[in-house]
Amino acid sequence: MRPRARMLVLLLVTALALGGAGAYALSAYLAYQHRVSGPSQADVAVVLPQGPHVLFRNTAAGTGYGMVASVPLADPAGPRSLTDMPCDRVYRAAGTLSCMRTVRGVPTTFEEQVYDAAGARLGAWPLAGIPSRTRVSADGLVATTAFVTGHSYAGDAFSTETVIRSADGRDLGNLEDFTASVDDRELTAVDRNVWGVTFAADAQTFYATVASGGQTWLMRGSLSDRTLRAVASNAECPSLSPDGRHIAYKKRRGATMPVHWDIAVLDLATHKEQLIRLPNGLDDQLEWLDDRTLLFGQPRPNAVGDSDVWRLDAAAGSTPELFIEHAWSPSVQRR
Amino acid sequence: MYLSLSQWRTQGSATERNDLQRVAFRLSPTIIALGIVSMLTDISSESVAAVLPLFITGALGLSMVAYGFLEGLNQGLSAVVRIAAGYAADRSDRPKHVALAGYGLSMVARVGLLFAQGFAGITAIIGLDRIGKGIRTAPRDAMIQHAAQPEHLARSFGVHRMLDTIGATIGPLLAFAVLFVVPDGFRAVFVVSLAFAVIGVAVLALVVPNTSLRAKPATGIGDGDRGGGPAATAPAGAGTAPAATAHAGPAGAGAGPATEASAVPAAVHATPAVPRPRMREIATPAMRRLLGTAGLLGLVTVGDGFVYLALMEHGHLQTAWFPLLFVGTNTVFLALAIPLGRVADKTNRATVFVLGHVALGAAYLAAAAGTGLGIVLLCLALLGVFYAATDGVLAALASQWSPPGAASTGIAAAQTVVAVARLAASTCFGVLWVVFGAVPTMTGAAVVLAAIVPLGLWLMAGAARRSDGGGQQTRPPAARRGSGVPGGGA
Repeated sequence: MRPRARMLVLLLVTALALGGAGAYALSAYLAYQHRVSGPSQADVAVVLPQGPHVLFRNTAAGTGYGMVASVPLADPAGPRSLTDMPCDRVYRAAGTLSCMRTVRGVPTTFEEQVYDAAGARLGAWPLAGIPSRTRVSADGLVATTAFVTGHSYAGDAFSTETVIRSADGRDLGNLEDFTASVDDRELTAVDRNVWGVTFAADAQTFYATVASGGQTWLMRGSLSDRTLRAVASNAECPSLSPDGRHIAYKKRRGATMPVHWDIAVLDLATHKEQLIRLPNGLDDQLEWLDDRTLLFGQPRPNAVGDSDVWRLDAAAGSTPELFIEHAWSPSVQRR
Repeated sequence: MYLSLSQWRTQGSATERNDLQRVAFRLSPTIIALGIVSMLTDISSESVAAVLPLFITGALGLSMVAYGFLEGLNQGLSAVVRIAAGYAADRSDRPKHVALAGYGLSMVARVGLLFAQGFAGITAIIGLDRIGKGIRTAPRDAMIQHAAQPEHLARSFGVHRMLDTIGATIGPLLAFAVLFVVPDGFRAVFVVSLAFAVIGVAVLALVVPNTSLRAKPATGIGDGDRGGGPAATAPAGAGTAPAATAHAGPAGAGAGPATEASAVPAAVHATPAVPRPRMREIATPAMRRLLGTAGLLGLVTVGDGFVYLALMEHGHLQTAWFPLLFVGTNTVFLALAIPLGRVADKTNRATVFVLGHVALGAAYLAAAAGTGLGIVLLCLALLGVFYAATDGVLAALASQWSPPGAASTGIAAAQTVVAVARLAASTCFGVLWVVFGAVPTMTGAAVVLAAIVPLGLWLMAGAARRSDGGGQQTRPPAARRGSGVPGGGA
């Protein structure tokens, strides 16, 4: 090709590439406008549910996408009521609602907001990274786990930041600073990461995942002593049952790639662990529907940004059933 | 920097040739084109990199735990591919084709990203992108070296690094801007990223001449810029690569479609092509010392992320600023890449490379002190100085000390040594950080660095003696930044 022809081809390629990308971005913008303002993909009611209900992030396309929504426990497949509160992860206990959200901008930032039962804001603070897990204790303490990443995936690692605060934002500690021990030996190493807090009924005890050197442990933590002690190994994102007798968590299956997690349920009295194998795996912090049933979110295949909440009997051999469509981050309100 | 060909000296007497002051700097269009390719590719890759964690967790609903697990694997893969691709480029003597394969592979990965669903898909695509990056860098830098005037080698690399860093800075900002307008518009970011990747590949394919590295044009313009001066500067009886330099390759002059090279006589001497490289020959005494020095210094070079985290620890900055700190570093880097390259060319490249680490040590101390906004800005600026003084200059050094015809392999070796050393440093540093805390670890790293710098100077002085007696050189090839560059690299 002659230089002039090359330049023409280059100009053409550039114009097509930029034009195509611009057109796509515009259509994505219009589609987004349609999605957040169009009619919802799910049945929507404007009435707040009376009595026990499940709170979740609504992922149905249309009005209310990404907003906190709820369905009555008695009719989880029925119409959902929407709020105008956008949250990536949501959890509510003792009338205190924890909402981890993404704040769009240059750069994108993340924040935590806490609301009381009446919807008044109790506190807000910036998060160190991408929202991952949140739980609220019976007396209204808020635990959040955020993924801290650099600006580049060339970075060689991620880390988590898990902190517990009072509802108005008073810092009760970064769990990485707690003294962690395995079999009474202090875990001084190093690359410690902590994530996925679940609170016990008293105001002192909690459980969380501690990871180091490619291993993970379920640890029991004490807020007053600022300690973490290993209870079991290979356990992530624990969730304590309402009666406080069982802990359900993710358990990694072998050294497979991609990572595959099954569910395990530990009986705290007998220390027996029951494994529930899931062919499709899961990657969420489990939530208890009642003392024998688990809930978890699962991304919807072939639909980016959409997911469903599944229910599962906490017994070996059980299989998940669809619980709430177009939903994520379930939080059960039993009263 | 100017592109005018009119000032090209048509004659250059041997007596002038070692006089660096008198060889006017002329920037080869090839280097600009390669810089633009890197800029476009960095816009493409860094825009994706910036939103990928959000996409994986937010849109795909996967945890970062699964994602972080892969990183080690990818790093290893990238190092192996890099050396193999460098060797392939030398062996085939078609660096452009190898580079094109690398850039093309990353472009294909962008297409794949549009259809990515699960974790396995994302994993495969990131792996593909990494392989592409591993393939392209060494042949690309070898082409820069080939097109540069040997007297202005570091400055030429500085031009490339400046353009490259501009891309790495624009990319994330562009991605966040797209997400700001379309909050769940990850696909839109990926499509924009693909567009820039396509244009980058088109510039490489259509504008950059398909040069043979073995045949060195003696007078070419454009990509053959080394002409005139170069042969010249080769000290008589230079150790490792005597005949290599000024050989007028027919390919060299003829290959530059966009370079107007034909305006100038193609070849002055026609000398036999350099034989194919053998792996063992790469390890010349000078190269060994360079690799050793770069590796040693790399072992005390921790990722920028740690420096930024240390700054955050002092609590003077809001968390929200964290993702923007790299903009400060990159701005200083791109502003100083050319001036410091120039200083390196005029004084001594090896010395500038080693002394650049003094700025790194100072940045560590500033991060440890971290009191107030002034110190934060100083720290970012020092990091920028460090990259400007070392990144392109290491490339210049590794290239000038590679045996003839083995530039890509030599460059790849230097890149890999630095990348592996920095990876080890970051891992080790992470451990010390947790045990001793941010401030003692940063201070300690600065102290160790201060001890290693004189050793580096001594090693490099020996290297210069062993290569051909002089600090500044004739044969330029190129090396490349390691993985710790702000913005994540090309």
